[in-house]
Amino acid sequence: MENNIIQELVKEFNFPETSIRQPRERRISLEVGLDKFTDVLEYLMKHFNFTHLCTITGLDEGQNLSFIYHLTKEGGILINIKVSVPKENPVIKSIIPYFAGAEIYERELVDLFGAKVEGLPSGNRYPLTDNWPAGQFPLRKDWKQDMLDKKAGENA
Amino acid sequence: MHNPSEEFKIPIGPQHPALKEPESFSVALRGEKILGVDIRLGYNHRGIEKACEERTYIQDMYLIERVCGICSHSHSTCFIQAVEEIAGLAVPRRALYIRTLVAELERIHSHLLWLGVAGHEIGFDTLLMYTWRDREIVMDILAELTGNRVNYGINTIGGVRRDISSIQIQETLKAMDLLEERTKYYIELGLEETTIIKRLSGVGVLSYEDSLHFDAVGPTARASGVKRDVRKDDPYASYGEISFDVITDTGADVYARTIVRLKELMESYKIVRQCLKNLPDGPITVRAPRKIPAGEALSRYEAPRGEDVHYVKSNGTDKPERVKVRAPTLANVQAVKHMLKDRFLADMPIVIAAIDPCFSCTDRLVSLKDDDKKADVMTWQALHDYSIKWHSQRGVDFGKLNKKLQERLSK
Repeated sequence: MENNIIQELVKEFNFPETSIRQPRERRISLEVGLDKFTDVLEYLMKHFNFTHLCTITGLDEGQNLSFIYHLTKEGGILINIKVSVPKENPVIKSIIPYFAGAEIYERELVDLFGAKVEGLPSGNRYPLTDNWPAGQFPLRKDWKQDMLDKKAGENA
Repeated sequence: MHNPSEEFKIPIGPQHPALKEPESFSVALRGEKILGVDIRLGYNHRGIEKACEERTYIQDMYLIERVCGICSHSHSTCFIQAVEEIAGLAVPRRALYIRTLVAELERIHSHLLWLGVAGHEIGFDTLLMYTWRDREIVMDILAELTGNRVNYGINTIGGVRRDISSIQIQETLKAMDLLEERTKYYIELGLEETTIIKRLSGVGVLSYEDSLHFDAVGPTARASGVKRDVRKDDPYASYGEISFDVITDTGADVYARTIVRLKELMESYKIVRQCLKNLPDGPITVRAPRKIPAGEALSRYEAPRGEDVHYVKSNGTDKPERVKVRAPTLANVQAVKHMLKDRFLADMPIVIAAIDPCFSCTDRLVSLKDDDKKADVMTWQALHDYSIKWHSQRGVDFGKLNKKLQERLSK
């Protein structure tokens, strides 16, 4: 089944062999450019019934920020779709039109990684406080705890 | 006087007598009817994911176990499964069985706890007293097997830390018989007691389609007819070798969620018995390397509240590059807004309780770190002094009030 999905994906989108692999049973990892991302998502939902979004993981990879969308389908096969964007301008598209549950995961990426999510409606931030200093993204590698302490000291 | 046809907003939380953990709801009402709910989370955010990047894998395991006080085993197992997958460790079968055993005992205590809370929320406190008394049986077994009532510390990378003796097996089996008998009574109660049926039916409805749309998990999704259970779909530990049923219901309301949890208890007893009966011989741990080779893994686990997801990325050192935790409540809380819309305000406590929320899990953690201090241990007096200093620095001074109180007491 995993092989079948991989073959179909390669056929449909011409992925190079290095960008798609099967690390173990019931797991597929896929790297995809932002331009093809929504097409791949739609294709997987429509043709392979990947209907459940587990979560979205953010990664700080130096020059780039990467986001991994973990999707599953009945039968337990899980696909990790990784999208990388440059850190200076980390713009991604919201997937709320496909998964309503994605809203809070995307807010988390905004707060903790400084992602710019196109199409994310305005609303409460999550999970940081409303008075969190602007431009500080705690899960980026260059962020250290004393940056916050200094900032708090300046305000006091 | 307030005009009942006007929209009215009430804030509940972040600190509120009815809430067990801090979270904030802003409820828009017209009369008694809920027009919409705005939920603000994050009050329990403690920065655990960041803290994990600064600690070794074995330290992280203990830290991750403290993501949640109720489903601690779920988080630690989910995390080390990912680490073991990256390291390519073959965990001994006996260890996997013991993990499964503790996992199900945890589910039993969590579901009984929930049943009590649900009873309390609908004013049926007798049920709370009964279930929490019975819950002590399984708590004692957990303490006997692992040494702790919560945060069991049974896991280690590559296996488990404690073996199980034949006397413990006998005791656990006896406890299961007792709990099964009690659970049968609760099921009967759930199916026949009119108070429960009338109060919970048709409340907090989440249709099958909405359940999929909002990505609900665990008993919340299964009560809407979504047959989704990581133990069956993506078997881990020893679930692949054990026979049990995935309980679903089509009621899609709070009553269905109650029945699903009650029936799941019966499945848990079944799983515990199989684990004990088929417990393989052999070692309980394999030696794990201190440094984990570079790689990544995603691990899933069916916690009592639903699917728990951990992502671990390693970089070849003894500390992970990235750890991501998604607890089941975060997946379910988004459906709550939908469940509450157009319902009455009085239904709010039980509808929220029905997803069995755990906001500590959801928000995860900040480390308490002070580089100036050498010792991590604080005496009670030192903690007390620290607290007074902390508050007085922020303009809160109870000194005078305390003095007055002391004077009054000494009279």
